[in-house]
Amino acid sequence: MSDNLIEQLTVDDPADAGAVSTLRERLAGAASAQGLVDVAFRTVETPVGALLVAATETGVVRIAYPAEGHEAVLKSLSLTIGSRVLRDTRRFDDLCRQLDGYFSGRRRHFEVPLDLRLAHGFRLEVLAHLRTIAYGATETYAVAAAASGRPRAVRAVGTACATNPLPLLVPCHRVVRSDGTMGGYLGGLEAKRFLLDLEAAA
Amino acid sequence: MKHPFDQAVTEHGAVVLRVCRAVLGPVEADDAWSETFLSALRAWPDLPDDVNVRAWLVTVAHRKAIDVRRAQGRAAVPVESLPEQPSRPDEQPDAALPDTALWAALAALPTKQRQCVAYHHVAGLPHAEVAAIVGGTAAASRRSTADGIATLRRTYLTEDVSTYV
Repeated sequence: MSDNLIEQLTVDDPADAGAVSTLRERLAGAASAQGLVDVAFRTVETPVGALLVAATETGVVRIAYPAEGHEAVLKSLSLTIGSRVLRDTRRFDDLCRQLDGYFSGRRRHFEVPLDLRLAHGFRLEVLAHLRTIAYGATETYAVAAAASGRPRAVRAVGTACATNPLPLLVPCHRVVRSDGTMGGYLGGLEAKRFLLDLEAAA
Repeated sequence: MKHPFDQAVTEHGAVVLRVCRAVLGPVEADDAWSETFLSALRAWPDLPDDVNVRAWLVTVAHRKAIDVRRAQGRAAVPVESLPEQPSRPDEQPDAALPDTALWAALAALPTKQRQCVAYHHVAGLPHAEVAAIVGGTAAASRRSTADGIATLRRTYLTEDVSTYV
């Protein structure tokens, strides 16, 4: 019986979990109101897996597939942008609604501010071009290279797609090989197939 | 600190809440928790990478608990109209706080004993770290902790037995 006391003081009470998550929501609100957050994030369940979505004050800065390892991505954002990284579900209400619409075939464009600070140089130019490829359309790596101003940089376009910090919002899944096969995708080929089929059907 | 701050909230959020409840009681604990993590977030990038995060958070919570108590003293001044309090339907004291009797027993302890019990037993810090937070020597912290526990065994556990058996 004497150990009951120590145990009760020490115990991680599961009943506290609800209180802690309420407090975390409130913390996220207060912290962003005070401009203390470098990177806000949450995860979103989608038909192509649980996506990590992360944003700065400027806009959405990163979307990551499970294959990239969400924890590793957060660590890298912490190093490159800032370590005030905080979970914030409400910050992404609008984006989540748009993702819902997209995956149910109702939405063709995303209208959210983007922060493209993680892309540089030619890759940034490629991303800018990718944003002009229409919903449901595809383009070959070669065409994308020419449209980005460097017709011979086909491989570099492949790299730009493979390192796209904002898949879905910057539609690198619409770039395919000239032989008609899909080419690679940072979310896995199954995800790329799913997205192309979704857009073709809508 | 180069690590994401959120990791510290995930790992230590629940413990810090229990520490705040042990030191301040369940009602004021929420505000102290919020102040602690806001202040920790502000300081986070400048924190050395090798610091013991839990001990550091408890130190911040210790200071915030003192602030909350002071603010409470000042808030006793009558005002013309009360600021609007948002209702919190999620906070049902009985359902959410099964340890109410424990916090009540802790509240009856002298401040130093309560702090030492909270930081050593609830937060799990060694006596030397507790001493660094509350002041004095590790031996004095150990004594205060032991005295606090001895009192709790008399007050809390007997209450427990008489109430529930």
